Amino acid sequence: MKFRIYRYDPEKDGAPRLQEYDVALADTDRMLLDALVRLKAVDETLSFRRSCREGVCGSDAMNINGKNGLACTTNLRELREPVELRPLPGLPVVRDLIVDMSQFFKQYHSIRPYLVNDTPPPEKERLQSPEDREELDGLYECILCACCSTACPSFWWNPDKFVGPAGLLQAYRFVADSRDQAINGRLDDLEDPYRLFRCYSIMNCADVCPKGLNPNKAIAKIKDLLVKRAV
Amino acid sequence: MVMPAKKHLVGAHYGLADWLAQRVTAVVMIAYTLLFLGVVAWHGGLDHGAWRALFAHGGFRVATFLFVAALLYHAWVGMRNITMDYVKPLVVRLPLQGAIVAALVAYAGWTIGILWGGR
Repeated sequence: MKFRIYRYDPEKDGAPRLQEYDVALADTDRMLLDALVRLKAVDETLSFRRSCREGVCGSDAMNINGKNGLACTTNLRELREPVELRPLPGLPVVRDLIVDMSQFFKQYHSIRPYLVNDTPPPEKERLQSPEDREELDGLYECILCACCSTACPSFWWNPDKFVGPAGLLQAYRFVADSRDQAINGRLDDLEDPYRLFRCYSIMNCADVCPKGLNPNKAIAKIKDLLVKRAV
Repeated sequence: MVMPAKKHLVGAHYGLADWLAQRVTAVVMIAYTLLFLGVVAWHGGLDHGAWRALFAHGGFRVATFLFVAALLYHAWVGMRNITMDYVKPLVVRLPLQGAIVAALVAYAGWTIGILWGGR
């Protein structure tokens, strides 16, 4: 199978280049990650992140034939050859397909991704009704792979100020949680021309999410709450 | 810089007002467009006489001005968003935004001149 893979070592290379590979696959190689592991055996200098190999850890997010996705959940048979692999767009490249996710996680941390509740904790745990728990469906599944945020032009132009779809999905996950008490503080923090309102609903986020989530829907719900609070 | 380089300035607290204004002004523009098309359909087309008669009506002039005002505010929010996304240096962005505001206000004045300027 033929591949064209982005290669770049900032310490040695003057500029990034695309390297061509042709590798024989085994019958058991089904996902793109299988092919990458095989390529790694041929060329050990090829660098990429991987861990769980089943779409749960979010390590092997990359740009596959122009669209962000996870190598481990992308079926080889559905890919056009040569398969062009590039690092996630918009983030600094550490090496080859590995990007520096600091900015992405900085935005994630900025939305306070934890429950804020000042009431004394009960003996066992804070309970939720099944209905309250249902509110979190479509939100808690996010694996923070950064496919969505790095597909978002607003995040490319303002990664330091715009929270990005992944961070905003998580922001709504805590806004919607019946056990959280900080909804007003959370909304105050997002009532900003940059942090939330750089989203123009172009929906690249929902298009690329490997978990089938829709950050744009969560963002719309935050906007609804802001309107409800203000009008 | 007055701020340490690592700190980020966010929290201007006007995002919602502008986002909402953009939607409200869009509704005003749609309503006027439907009104205008309705009037044209009712007249069975527009000739010069019908056009003059239409704008001789004070209510239609007010509606037209409302439409232009909505359009200009809508354009302001959009143009500012563009400068916020693509024009990073403050010394360029601020004069550019000032020029945009000046042009939009001039358009508003021009519209008033056309609608109520006599003859």
